[in-house]
Formats: sequence, C-alpha cells, structure tokens
Amino acid sequence: MSAVSALASRELKRFLRQRTRIVGAIGQPIIFWVLFGAGLRGSFQSPDWAAGLATPLSYQEYFFPGIAVLIVMFTAIFSTISIIEDRREGFLQGVLAAPVARSVIVLGKVVGGTLLAVIQAGLFLLIGPLLSHIGLSPGLQIDVSAFRFIAAGAFLILIAVELTALGFLIAWPMNSTQGFHAVMSIFLMPMWLLSGAFFPGGGGDWLAWLIRLNPLTYGVAGLRRLLYPGDLPVTASLPSMTMCLTVSTAFALICMVICTRLVNRPATHNVT
Amino acid sequence: MTDPCLTVQSLTHRYGDRTALSDVSFSVPGGCLFGLLGPNGSGKTTLFRLLATLLPLQQGKVQVCGFDLETQPADVRRRLGVTFQSPAVDGRLTVIENLDCHGRIYGLPSAVIRQRSEELLNRLELSDRRHSMVGELSGGLRRRVELAKGLMHSPQLLLLDEPSVGLDPAARRYFWDLISEFRGSTTVIVTTHLMEEAEQCEQLLLLNAGQTVTSGSPQQLQSSVNGQRLTVRTRDNRQFREPLETLIGQSGRVVGNRLCFRVHDGAASLQKIMQQMGGDVQSAEIAQPTLEDVFLELTGRDFSEDGPEAEK
Repeated sequence: MSAVSALASRELKRFLRQRTRIVGAIGQPIIFWVLFGAGLRGSFQSPDWAAGLATPLSYQEYFFPGIAVLIVMFTAIFSTISIIEDRREGFLQGVLAAPVARSVIVLGKVVGGTLLAVIQAGLFLLIGPLLSHIGLSPGLQIDVSAFRFIAAGAFLILIAVELTALGFLIAWPMNSTQGFHAVMSIFLMPMWLLSGAFFPGGGGDWLAWLIRLNPLTYGVAGLRRLLYPGDLPVTASLPSMTMCLTVSTAFALICMVICTRLVNRPATHNVT
Repeated sequence: MTDPCLTVQSLTHRYGDRTALSDVSFSVPGGCLFGLLGPNGSGKTTLFRLLATLLPLQQGKVQVCGFDLETQPADVRRRLGVTFQSPAVDGRLTVIENLDCHGRIYGLPSAVIRQRSEELLNRLELSDRRHSMVGELSGGLRRRVELAKGLMHSPQLLLLDEPSVGLDPAARRYFWDLISEFRGSTTVIVTTHLMEEAEQCEQLLLLNAGQTVTSGSPQQLQSSVNGQRLTVRTRDNRQFREPLETLIGQSGRVVGNRLCFRVHDGAASLQKIMQQMGGDVQSAEIAQPTLEDVFLELTGRDFSEDGPEAEK
C-alpha cells in the first residue's frame, strides 16, 4: 500500500510542478464549454428526456457533464502519457526492479491519475455554475448540493479509474509520445465526442448505435443523472442509473485487468 | 572463501534469432567487487538486465543470496540494489523526495527511511543538496543520488551499469572511491568497458560476443599472458609488415594503425628493430601485458573495436 501511495504522490507532485499541465487540463475545457455553449445555443435541439424539466434545456447546460468528463479524460491522458516519459527517462526500470507486485505499478498510476482528475473535474462542477453570474453561462438547473456533489464526485472517481486505466493500457506498449497523440486524436477524442457529452444521440441510425456501444456514454449519462434533483426518465439516449453503474464498473475492471496483464509480461522495451 | 552471493549457471539469452548471451556461468563471492568487462555488443548489458530482473530468464539459472531469480523474483529484488546507466531518479523531485519515494516503494518504515536517507546524504556528501531538484544537479551529483537510491534499502548485492559513463575524470574518481568504500558490506557487480575501471575490481569476467572469455582477478589475468607486448607503428604497415615479421620471427597482429607482437625478450627485439628498420618506424614500445592484451590474446580481437553487432 505504501508503494501505491508513493507512486501516486509522485504523480501529484509532478503535476503541481508543471503549471502548463494545470492550465491545459482545466482551462481548455472551460473555454470549450463557454464558447461552444454560446455558439451552438441557437441550433441545439433538446433531447426527449429533458422534456419534463422546469425550463427548456440550454445547450451549455446539456454540455456541462460532458465537460466534466472531458476534464477527466484530459487528465487521464496527461497522467498516462507520463508512462512513456518514465520509461524513456529511466524511472520505470527502477520501479520494475523493485520487489513490488506488478499490479502496484498499475495502481500507483491509476490512483494518482484518478485523484488529479477528480480534483479538477470537481473544481469545475463547483466553478461552472458560478459563471452565470458574470454572464458566461445561462442559469443551470442542476443542483450542486453537498449530497449531489459527493455522489457526483464518487461517480467521477469511477469514470476517472476507467479512463486512466484505458490510457495506461494504450500507453504501456508505446515507445513514443507521438504515437499516443495519434491514438488520442483518432480514438480517445472520438470516444468522448460519441459519448453523449457533446451532442445527444437518439433514434436508430449508425451514430446512435456507436453512442450506445461506447462505454463512456454510460459515464456521461450517470454523471448527468446524479446532477439533477429527481429522476430523469430513461430513454434511448439516457440509460438508467443501474445500467450506467454496471457498464462503467465492468469497463473499469476490464481495463484494470488488461493493464495488470500487460505489466506482468516482462518485455524488452521496458529497459532503456 | 565466503558463500557465493550470486551464482549464474549456463545463462543463454536471445533477441529473436540473435544470441546475445551464450552459456555464461560464473559466481560472485559475498563482499566482492566484481567487474563485468566487455566491449560494446559483448552481452554485458543483457547480462545486467537479466540480473536486475528486467528481462525474462530464457535459459539457465540465476541465484541471488540463495534465492532463485525465476521462481522467487520478489525475494531476489528485495536484496538487489540497482543503479542504471540511464538514471532512474526523477528529475522533477528533490533529492530527499527521490530517496523517500524509493524507500516507500521498497516498503521501508518511515523512521528507517528518515534515518537511512540522512546517513546516505552525509556519506555521499549530498546533505546540502537535499532540497535541490535532481534535474538541476550536475551529472556527477545525479549519479550520487542514483547510488544513494540504490543503497536505501541496504541491498546485499549492488548492481552498477557503466556507473561512470558521462562523468568527468574527477567525478569518476570520486565515484569509484565511493564504490570501494561500500564494498565489503555489500557485494558489488559493475559493468564496464573501461580497462582502468576493470583493474580496480577484485574479480573480473571478460565477455566477448555473448561468451565468457575468461575470469579471475586482474593480476591473475594479466600474468596469464606470457612475455611483453611490442607495439610498432611504421610509415606504411602494408609495406613493412613482412620485413618486421621476418625480423622478429613471428607474425604480428594489426591493431588500428599499429602492429602488435608478443615477445619474450623485449629489449633485444626493440634494439633489432631500431637498428635495422629505424628509418621506417615511427614509434615502437615495450609494455607489460594489460587486460587489453589478455582480451586480444584470447579473442584475437582488439578491445576497442565495436562488436559484430552492437547491443541495442
């Protein structure tokens, strides 16, 4: 356990010492939220599950949970890309030569990445609604009471574990950060775009199917549900909370198992 | 002799169809400063990585302090301290944070971590740098932090991979003084391609193209070569090789731009050369055999040449 906390606290220290990473991970999503929120306001068609809300759903409000998940994704990407740096700089081989279970190496990274992601996404959940006071967002109907904040935070942990473990298993076999950037643009970003974070996907066309098959859809939907008081109706584009929890937990576990398998396999490319 | 701290039996390792190590066996007595000497591509780095548990064992057997590397890797790792050629310290953490992180990864209690870090910082003269970022330190200091890290958990066997690469001569000397300070309490295995470093070891294993050339103490190895080494540089080796060989009465070896002979009566040979071919010879010297000669004698290869296939 002390090994996991040693590796995780190393992640936190390194993060706090790189200011640009903080700006990149939280600044860019907030800018996206405000700009897309304002720009797409007119063309947004409210999804069917929002029909029962007191006032019509604005695009920026729709986009709110999606941005929290984007922050988690960016943070997960930045923390796992450091595996490639750790290997290149030599730190990783020192850890591999240590008498720790290989799963500790996965856990150290995932716990570190998850903490960073949840702190930043949590900050956004608190700051986001305040932006309406300075005119950068419309009033939100979501209710960030203490209880909802804790529930949403707990669910964010699950999403963060899921995405950090996914990033880990992508980064582990790679030798260059350029390769990771390529995967990020053709796989991770589309994964986020097709999760119901950016636009709702109802109906039965191919796009709706891609969204339904995407495990991250259940992360975004679960977070959305936890942010609103009362129960939102279950629709094709908004699965039930049970479904969201089941899929997200299963996906997180699968990714963790694959990560541990990968790390257990001694490979030539781990040595510099 | 004390019980061996490390035994290696018939170790063979392949990368695809290229054999990097072939049937290497040796043992290292406890408390010994043991050198793995070989030119680039000789397999010493592969051997180091196998001992450091970073590569899977393909064939052969390795025991560290009585524990089997293949079946008891955690026990082996607990007893190993490893200092890599590319530093395993984190440049974005301070010296003390690096030591603390290492101690926690090895599961040391925090009181032990504190005490041991203080001890090592003092001993390695790093006390006034404890809060410096490792990335901002000079190469020599960083290597010392690396050594401190490797020693944090009081390992029984310390592995050092080319510890003085990239250090200036003063830092190199200082580092070697430190290593010899630690020998005795810890068994030290060091890989090197530098003869002057190898000469400081108590025992040596010479590797070439993945195979054991010979082993023994530097003195034993040097005295195993008879006679003296005569090195001659002529104006044109192609033209003067044959007359020289006739004069000395044996065939010479071309090493770079020189011709080397093993002679038993150095002074007489030298005199003969200078009298009869003085005008064509640029330099000629007689020397006692060095480890380089041992290597040359046993492999027919000059030590400074690159191996047939340099290691990746």
